[in-house]
Amino acid sequence: MDLDLNPQQQDLVAAFRAFFLKESPPSVVRSAEPHGFDPSLWSRVAQLGGPAIGVPEGSGGGGAGLVDLVLITEQLGASLAPIPLLEGMIAARVLARVGDSGREALERLTSSAPAVATVALTPVRDGQARMVPAGGIAELVVGLDGSDLVLASGEPPVGRRNLGDSPVADRSFGADRTVLASGSAALELHATALNEWRTLTAGAQAGLGATALGLGVEYAKQRKQFGVPIGSFQSIARDLADVATAVDGATMLAREAAWAADVCQTDAPALAGMAFLFAGRTAQKASGVALHVHGGYGFTLEYDVQLYYRRAKAWSLALGDPRRGLQALADVLFGPGART
Amino acid sequence: MDFSLGDRCEELRTEVREFLAEHLPQETIDRVHETGTAHDWTFYRALGARGWIGAAWPKEFGGQDRDPFEMTALRDELRLAGAPTDGLGQSLIVARTIRHVGTEDQKQEFLPPALAGEIIFALGYSEPDSGSDVAAAKTRATRDGDDWVINGQKMFTTLAHEAAFVFLLARTNPEVAKHKGLTMFLVPLDSPGVEMHPVHTMGGERTNATFYNDVRVPDRYRVGSVDGGWDVMTVALTFERGGFGLSDADRVWQQAVAWAKTTLGDDGTPIIDDPLVRERLASMRINNEVAKLLAYRTSFVAARGGLPTVEGSMHKLWYSESMTADAGELLDMLGAKGVLRRGDGDAPADGWIEHLYRHAAVTTIYGGTSEVQRGIIAERGLGLPRPGR
Repeated sequence: MDLDLNPQQQDLVAAFRAFFLKESPPSVVRSAEPHGFDPSLWSRVAQLGGPAIGVPEGSGGGGAGLVDLVLITEQLGASLAPIPLLEGMIAARVLARVGDSGREALERLTSSAPAVATVALTPVRDGQARMVPAGGIAELVVGLDGSDLVLASGEPPVGRRNLGDSPVADRSFGADRTVLASGSAALELHATALNEWRTLTAGAQAGLGATALGLGVEYAKQRKQFGVPIGSFQSIARDLADVATAVDGATMLAREAAWAADVCQTDAPALAGMAFLFAGRTAQKASGVALHVHGGYGFTLEYDVQLYYRRAKAWSLALGDPRRGLQALADVLFGPGART
Repeated sequence: MDFSLGDRCEELRTEVREFLAEHLPQETIDRVHETGTAHDWTFYRALGARGWIGAAWPKEFGGQDRDPFEMTALRDELRLAGAPTDGLGQSLIVARTIRHVGTEDQKQEFLPPALAGEIIFALGYSEPDSGSDVAAAKTRATRDGDDWVINGQKMFTTLAHEAAFVFLLARTNPEVAKHKGLTMFLVPLDSPGVEMHPVHTMGGERTNATFYNDVRVPDRYRVGSVDGGWDVMTVALTFERGGFGLSDADRVWQQAVAWAKTTLGDDGTPIIDDPLVRERLASMRINNEVAKLLAYRTSFVAARGGLPTVEGSMHKLWYSESMTADAGELLDMLGAKGVLRRGDGDAPADGWIEHLYRHAAVTTIYGGTSEVQRGIIAERGLGLPRPGR
């Protein structure tokens, strides 16, 4: 067992942390609202490793494993950086896996000015994929249509106002779409992409939760009521201690899910589901407690904690009702149930 | 990064399973359940003969020098099998404390029989008026020549009726601040003046109230310096919170899943097909995985030579609180029949869920309450100011 980051991973984390701290402070997050995309930030993050960082080196990528990527999305979530890095990482890995049919699109992601790409989480119905993450800015969208894995490209539609100020939108898969893979291979590729999305989103939510916790702790140390810092009240310390525990757990669970996928453990799909559900719940709890600790100020737009509170909920909904997520996890753990 | 315990641990797991198949018959599990005494001498001596009580100890003490991960694997298997481990857990806390702060004579006298499984220790910290505020202990020890004379009462002296010694916290100086006037002793439980009364718990466990009336203890049974008992306690409490892996929550989850897969509901369909059952079991599985990771991290920090204080508190807080909540959720999913106890043929999952519901509550209390753990996390982990008391 080794829960430490190796030296390369430590460097990776340090680089992304420093980048986001400098380039994506809350003011940048705010100015990208409501659209949720900062093109300038997107072009600059490519210098650290764009969406193809998790693609094998032989295919022009950075050769990073899922553990490395989850370490990056922890930092992404911690900063709420308004860039579609997570979505792009997933899309790039799918395109690399399909081989020749995805090569041309993949080249647009390995370039020094990478395109915005994403994967539709829910299957395409009647030529439409609904509520696609980064669908409002993506030039390339991978989706599952029946038993075909398909690629649509073109101008993104206008994004929709939403809770998390994310560039979510519906996308059309017209006649000009490309078939990347078919049959069971297509289903497997999409299922793998969804599990990678769950895992990387878990990392982002854990990072979001850690930052929200930090906001709450700092405020509790500084804010005085009744002549003492409110953090000395046990009812406040109690909630923050519970959140700290859950955030640590969520962080480790996301990393474990990524590790399990990297080393092809048979329980990797179950861990991806667990990590996603737990990190989503934890991020909501962390940002909820942090907001509450701020009192009335936490409810104002002026304070940053609301940025985290809204996104924690929004990100946890992208795959649907989390309680249905538990049912999906149960299918993985116990086999499909006969009743629904 | 590597979340597996490693090949050596997997080999050890197999050995432990074979050992349990031979040395832990169903009669032992049933007897432990019925008597509430989570210790069995036949089993414990077999464990000692195998070298597993001192598995983590250096070879110079007759140990096997196994790392914290192997200990995690060993304990995981014992817990999943429902083996009685209270005597093991308590005795290792005391033995490790003796190893760290005891005299050479104490090490010679206590450690070999403790590691061989010939004696066990009880813990004498809590009193009727002091639990979390353990340093407020009133039990007195006064010097009389080469002896100390002990008077007072201890509460929750679990396994005192089986143990050779109680590791007792006593006040030796009432004139100074409460943390500064305490001393630790190993008190033979067969000493004249020791009395005990059984205390029975909601979870079916038996613990004890122990009474000390002019009990004479030789000074050589003092552990650590006079009035230095708080430092000794601090070492011992850290041992109490570390070294976990899986818990009863994992065992009962496995039992519940096995039951749900093999049992038909009132409508004639398998219980495991019920979405409400699936949701509860899936949700508990997540909480158990988080508990396991928090436990592994505690072992990992310890393996690196660190003192996992905050990490240990986080694990203790999480596993006990989530187990208590999940026991309630699992019982809900069973409905009216969930109340049936072990021994009733209709009791779902052989009554283990009902038992967990009664047992889990104590895990949020013993070994430092959830409130104490949250205080440690808040102050030492998050740097929040100490509450005004």
